[in-house]
Amino acid sequence: MIRTSLVLLCCLLTLPALASSRVLATGGATSIEGSAGGGIVPWAVINGYGSDDEWSIQAFGTRVAVDDFTLHAAGLGYSWDNRWELSYARQQFKLDTLGGQLRQDILGIKYRITGQLLYTALPQISLGLQYKRHLDFDLPALVGARSRSGVDLYLAASKVWLDAIAGRNLLLNGTVRATQANQTGLLGFGNEHSNRHRLMFEGSAALLLTHQLAVGVEFRQKPNRLAFADEQHWRDIFVAWFVNRKLSVTAAYADLGDIAGLPSQQGWYLSVEGSW
Amino acid sequence: MKTRLLVACALLLALGCSQTPSQSLYQQLGEEAGIAAITDGLLHQIEHDPLIVGHFRDTDIPRFRRLLIEQLCELSGGPCQYSGATMEESHTGLHLTTRDFDRLVNHLITAMQQQKVPYSAQNRLLAMLAPMYPEVIDR
Ligand code: HEM
Repeated sequence: MIRTSLVLLCCLLTLPALASSRVLATGGATSIEGSAGGGIVPWAVINGYGSDDEWSIQAFGTRVAVDDFTLHAAGLGYSWDNRWELSYARQQFKLDTLGGQLRQDILGIKYRITGQLLYTALPQISLGLQYKRHLDFDLPALVGARSRSGVDLYLAASKVWLDAIAGRNLLLNGTVRATQANQTGLLGFGNEHSNRHRLMFEGSAALLLTHQLAVGVEFRQKPNRLAFADEQHWRDIFVAWFVNRKLSVTAAYADLGDIAGLPSQQGWYLSVEGSW
Repeated sequence: MKTRLLVACALLLALGCSQTPSQSLYQQLGEEAGIAAITDGLLHQIEHDPLIVGHFRDTDIPRFRRLLIEQLCELSGGPCQYSGATMEESHTGLHLTTRDFDRLVNHLITAMQQQKVPYSAQNRLLAMLAPMYPEVIDR
């Protein structure tokens, strides 16, 4: 999957750029779930650099290697009008220590309700939905997950303050997500007792050091509803390099807490995104 | 704790001083000559952008250039007074879109890059122009 995406990426890089009028870095990166954002939090930004009456496609590949697990995520996206974003991502979560793998597919849609990230006093506000479907549900079922698929609904607000700190631009994002997912869905949805949605808060802050380089932090609150093992909040610290409107690379150090009984999972996150 | 605070204050002061004598934005943009060069760079970009150049079909370019220089000079704290119409007035009937605005911002950034305007000064200027977005769009 990742290799195919990379090959696709290289082929697409040779194509002429479609109209992409937005300012560099305003498309953010692509999160592990396929939605534009940081690495683990979806933002209100619409992926790519299309403005009014423009469209773009995105491809991304991400690898997160923590102590006992490796997550591969790859996918495609389509955005238009700086209004709508459609995305597909496949996640493969390798249980390096325990053996085996957990995979899920994520279909996402995002709609920008109002605001312009750089220009309006009001933040840019978007509503998003992620439909997730597990492909290896036997294991999640065994540890108490109720359902193979689930839907996340989120409301995100993002704003850039120009000339905020030492002449640099600051992006803040807050996201509220209603979710049924255990470990973002990798351990299925719901538990023995209920499949109800829980409200979670997620946040990101990024400082643009130059037109091309951003550093930031992220936090993602997580529910903890499977009895067999604790689930903990996620956080990361990242550097994103926007090479140009077609290519960006993000590296991060992520702390994913305890996962499936294995304590304090930390490690490196690397993501490459192409946009046309 | 107290010493740490003191050290922090001293550091902040030192940081502040390292940028002094704090240049005005006008100076950072290169004063009159710099602003004229940025404006010319911007006009050059506009001229070569088929997606927005049409808006300027009926524009008196020398006048537009003079007014833009005046405006950037005044905004950045220079010794000028903008003598043109308000942003609402001058953009009414143009039906500008966010895309037009995005493209102009990119052209301005390119023009400032070409003039080697420091990144922080670029952002200071953009921070003054961004709030004008609602005054020029969709009119
Ligand atoms: C913050 C953003 C902008 C600023 C500061 C600005 C500034 C100005 C100024 C100072 C004038 C001259 C006013 C006068 O004639 O009295 C002007 C006119 C004009 N602007 Fe803008 N402008 C902005 C955005 C835009 C955008 C996005 C476009 C389109 C791409 C645009 C197109 C024009 C045109 C076509 C005229 C000339 C109208 C005429 O011929 O009378 N402007 N602008």
